[in-house]
Amino acid sequence: MFCTKKGYAVVRERCCAMEDEQTIVLEFTLKGSDFNAAGETSSKIKKVLQQIGVKSDIIRRIAISSYEAEMNVIIHAYQGKVRATIYPDRTELVVEDEGPGIADIGLAMQEGYSTAPDHVREMGFGAGMGLPNMARCSDKFDIQSAVEEGTKITMTIFHNA
Amino acid sequence: MNVQDVVASLPVAVATGQQALTNPVTGGYASDLLSNVMGQAAAGNIWVTMQGHQNIAAVASLAGLAAIIIAGDVEPAPETLRKADSEGIVLLTTTLPVFEVVGRLYQLGIRGV
Repeated sequence: MFCTKKGYAVVRERCCAMEDEQTIVLEFTLKGSDFNAAGETSSKIKKVLQQIGVKSDIIRRIAISSYEAEMNVIIHAYQGKVRATIYPDRTELVVEDEGPGIADIGLAMQEGYSTAPDHVREMGFGAGMGLPNMARCSDKFDIQSAVEEGTKITMTIFHNA
Repeated sequence: MNVQDVVASLPVAVATGQQALTNPVTGGYASDLLSNVMGQAAAGNIWVTMQGHQNIAAVASLAGLAAIIIAGDVEPAPETLRKADSEGIVLLTTTLPVFEVVGRLYQLGIRGV
């Protein structure tokens, strides 16, 4: 599929479609443990936001939220999907994975708590800051998780906050 | 203060991002924990780290950092150079240890957030 929005050429690969005149939908798939591709999804979302002229401090919050969610899938899950829906006034990020799930979300939300394995920590991941960073950078944050099934994170960032 | 001023004052080598040396430096941050940098470093900060793997380029790009200084004579991985180059990230390397780099940045007037 391809997608352009009135003169703005946006990401063509994987999937991206226009729901209506004013909405851009970007979808990406993620593979667990694929550290080579880590950050690419968030970079692409960031580039589209730059193309449509969203303010840089807002883009930064969206990029951080997206990156942390993306990394969680790569670190913990088998596979996942990222869907960024860009409206004129807000961006919604939905990051859903098939993975081990989170047994205690309250604990996982605490800064410094992490279940990341050592080889990932050696790369500087697994600081236990991902979920708190997402919650702080987004205006709306929701997390649903089922053990041995997966996790779904939904975040909204308003463009004029 | 911009990245060029730092390059002129510290014994660092410019590995990538020559074209972005005019990036203004708003402050400094030192950490090897990527999410800590993501959450705590401010846009335009210069980041001092011992991590040399490719994911630092994504962090710097997404967090809008002015430059990365890889300290302690750590050699960035070839993939790191490639990613930093394609993202237009300024990557500096130095044999100085982190403590020394931060001290010298502080002497230049660069402060933490």
